[in-house]
Amino acid sequence: MRRILPAVLMVSTAAIAYEILLMRMLSITQWHHFAWMVISLALLGYGASGTAIALAGRRLEQRFDRAFATSALLFSVAMVGCWMLAQKVPFNALEVVWDARQLLWLGALYLLFMVPFFFAALCIGMAFAFHGALAGRIYFFDLLGAGLGALLVIALLFVMPAPAALVLLSATAMAAALMASRWPSLRPAAGAWALLLVFLHMSGLTGLEISEFKGLSRSLQTMGSRVVQESSSPLGQLTVVENHEVPFRHAPGLSIATRHVPPEQLAVFRDGDGMSAITRWDGTGAPAWLGDTTSALPYHLLESPSVLVLGAGTGADVLQALLHDASTVDAVELDPAMAALAGRRFAEYAGHVFDQPGVRLHIGEARGFAARSSGRYDLVQIGLLDSFAVSGSGVQALNENYLYTREAIRDYLGLLNPGGILSITRWLRIPPRDSLKLVNTAAEALRYAGVPDPANRMAMIRGWSTATLLVKNGALDGADVDSLTEFARSRSFDAVHYPAMPPDHANRYYRLEQPWFHDGVRSLLGPDRDEFIDRYKFNIEAASDERPYFFNFFRWPVFFEAMALRERGGASLVEWGYLVPAATLAQAALAGFLLILLPLSLAGRNWPGGTGLRAGAYFFLLGLAFLFVEIAFIQKFTLFLSHPLYAVAVVLAGFLVFAGIGAGVSPWLAARAAASGWSAVRVAVAGIVAIAVAYIVLLPKLFSIGMALGDAARIGLSLLLIAPLALFMGMPFPLGLQRLADSTPRFIPWAWGINGFASVISAALATLLAIEFGFSAVVLLALLLYAGAAWLTADW
Amino acid sequence: MRTGRLNRGSLLALAVLLLGPGLAPCAASPDEFAGQRAALVDDLRSYARRDSPPGLDEKVLGAMQAVERHEFVPSALRREAYRNHPLPIGFGQTISQPYIVALMTDLLEPSPGDVVLEVGTGSGYQAAVLAGLVERVYSIEIVEPLAAQVSDRLARLGYDNVTTKLGDGYYGWEEHAPFDSIIVTAAASHVPPPLIEQLKPGGRMVIPVGGQFQVQYLLLIEKDAKGEIRSRQITAVRFVPLTGGH
Repeated sequence: MRRILPAVLMVSTAAIAYEILLMRMLSITQWHHFAWMVISLALLGYGASGTAIALAGRRLEQRFDRAFATSALLFSVAMVGCWMLAQKVPFNALEVVWDARQLLWLGALYLLFMVPFFFAALCIGMAFAFHGALAGRIYFFDLLGAGLGALLVIALLFVMPAPAALVLLSATAMAAALMASRWPSLRPAAGAWALLLVFLHMSGLTGLEISEFKGLSRSLQTMGSRVVQESSSPLGQLTVVENHEVPFRHAPGLSIATRHVPPEQLAVFRDGDGMSAITRWDGTGAPAWLGDTTSALPYHLLESPSVLVLGAGTGADVLQALLHDASTVDAVELDPAMAALAGRRFAEYAGHVFDQPGVRLHIGEARGFAARSSGRYDLVQIGLLDSFAVSGSGVQALNENYLYTREAIRDYLGLLNPGGILSITRWLRIPPRDSLKLVNTAAEALRYAGVPDPANRMAMIRGWSTATLLVKNGALDGADVDSLTEFARSRSFDAVHYPAMPPDHANRYYRLEQPWFHDGVRSLLGPDRDEFIDRYKFNIEAASDERPYFFNFFRWPVFFEAMALRERGGASLVEWGYLVPAATLAQAALAGFLLILLPLSLAGRNWPGGTGLRAGAYFFLLGLAFLFVEIAFIQKFTLFLSHPLYAVAVVLAGFLVFAGIGAGVSPWLAARAAASGWSAVRVAVAGIVAIAVAYIVLLPKLFSIGMALGDAARIGLSLLLIAPLALFMGMPFPLGLQRLADSTPRFIPWAWGINGFASVISAALATLLAIEFGFSAVVLLALLLYAGAAWLTADW
Repeated sequence: MRTGRLNRGSLLALAVLLLGPGLAPCAASPDEFAGQRAALVDDLRSYARRDSPPGLDEKVLGAMQAVERHEFVPSALRREAYRNHPLPIGFGQTISQPYIVALMTDLLEPSPGDVVLEVGTGSGYQAAVLAGLVERVYSIEIVEPLAAQVSDRLARLGYDNVTTKLGDGYYGWEEHAPFDSIIVTAAASHVPPPLIEQLKPGGRMVIPVGGQFQVQYLLLIEKDAKGEIRSRQITAVRFVPLTGGH
């Protein structure tokens, strides 16, 4: 039995690492939101494993070691095998709107990815079921392994490409199998699989096959193109493509009135899509076309400004600043690998753009930089950080984005010298969505800062594909307006808004059926804004740190209207992102019925009556509540740790490891509580409620003080904050299992399965609730669920 | 475990049942296709009357009626050729939704004597529709195998007033310029200045903007007799008022 505990740890490590790795690999071959959906549902494998153990219980129990080892080995095989098979499924996410058969292919993907998680969960579920008395220790190793897995996979992805990490994780599960049992037949089977694994990897069969509709695939179909560099990190896979025959000419927002053609460029793809470009530059002068994009506007209102570029990427915005005689340029880029392209590997090609006099490159996240920076600037420039295709398809609704929130804009404005300008350029969509939401968010930021009439500080212009918003630290004066109108007129851009703009100046160059942009902005900046926002067909409510969903424009009535209009050219009106958690929730409910409730009713003799109902509800509530808290805290810490990757790794690992420790000490708590006549579960839940409520109140204040600390200090502080909460959160599950082991051990597999099923629902539900009501509401609801669980323990 | 296997098995069987008909090779007769085509054209006519009054030019609808779209899609998808959907044609490319093709063709206001440039030949369907309405179509494709395929296809189907070539469309086709109209079906981050130069005074250029499976709007660029440029952004579907009650 002793060997089972490290084996549980290894299986857990491999399972969570595999989950994160799959998410990464599917984001490269397909798209992030579908990766999210597929993986969420694949976790139903956890629920199904509980059912399987309950149905096959006695046979598995008799040969526990062998069953565990076989299951771990099958997990190892399925990790690789299902990935390879899944790559052959001809699923095309983009066609879902047109072709219902795509949903069947999607279903096939769910089923495939459910298999490895099923076997992983079978291992751990069997350990619980047949060694219930050790529930606390098993749960400790399970959670500790999961925490390590989250850190391990991120570390692996820094040093090796995803397919190699896949092989290592498969080997980890195989090692767990060998650890668990001395069964003689196991070694040859494991040996044969090890050989096959090496062969599959060496022959490239485990590699990534990127969807033919992604930008990278399409660009490689073009004659003359070739990949000149590829790098991979947890932040994404960057591919640089060169083409001398059909040169790349990426010039978003370029005026149709321009006579300047962009020079030769190298294309850069992140995860096979989202193209940006490194522009060839000889280091003297600067490409004139950069003066003819909407984002060049602020340079016509400022003289030799000091500039802060947030999202430096491949250096286009820095080049634009140099073209316009910027006195200094501070450029901030999140991804060091991206910055290294124009900064090192292709520095010669890019004219050493980041090494020019006055230019300083900083690696970091925009909000974190803004919080820590003591500098003041004449211009804060936020360019196009995402691709048009990604922005246009409305699939980012799920992604928290702290770059475009009310609080973010307040922070950027705080970096401006008097008279300085914040300039934000976004892709244009018709009917208007992003542009109006941006204006609304900025206007709210100004109102929060005590500016009575935001309209006097804001201006916006649009081309045919981009819109640029200016927010000035001070009122825009007559000279500003003259410069703006002259800039727009000479480049055939449309003015959307400036102080006292005559309505007939709108909608002149890129004529729309109605002056939608001008009318929309005027309504948003006028007295009837609330009514306008309420009646608008898309969600354009201001994004905030509490609900940082800038890209969510979804409204249910419009969805049905848009679906009905797709044959009439209305397909782009469908906002997909929001539907992902909604559909996941619906499918999880259906799959939960098929995999858990249906077999449950078939095996009625195993169901322990009313106790079962209460115990089932207990584990269901715990599954929901744990992930609610975890997901809400990942989101809250994303801003504080100023890096989504750090947040996921630190918060996930922190929660899992400390919850594991909580599980480890839970038998001790149970003994102490019993001696005092208290319920251990209630003590734990009281701890959770007290700490979480304190955090809802205190965290925003702590974060705003702590933002100025360095990376290591913030990570340390985060772990310190997570520790006590997670410690208590780790207790209710093993305490419940312990009670079952004493009273109705045959219910343990059900408890395991139901808890796994609830986790799947929880992830989707937490996201939907956060979009609608904000993170604090999610945490409060989780506390209610915990309280409900504690109440349920009275009777069993 | 038995249950898991059962579920997987039955779902797979269900998948095969549902997918079976879709994957079967096409068995429709030419007459059936003609009937489906007429029904599609009727749909397009009524959509346009409702959303873009006064509707599509009957000449354009006639050209849509004349072109056998099933000849331009992969054989496995022939059964779906007359659905009003975009379809994948390989190499990461699609054949556009017929309604969008009709709208774009209509926006070009084609006349029998026109010379048209198309950037992004793709399947050749758009070129074939235009071929029935204008004097000559020049079309450029940058994906090599697609360019070879489409030139064979158009020759086989007898579209001898369409000339295709493999090459970079960014600089247009200087030797045949200027053009009465230009249609850019390949995605572009900006409108190539050389194409605007190759547009005749009084000419029109159309660019669909958005993803391959989801066109957002059509950008129409008009060059007046004096060479001044004007442009419009046209949504295919009538989706106003934007502040409708709900």
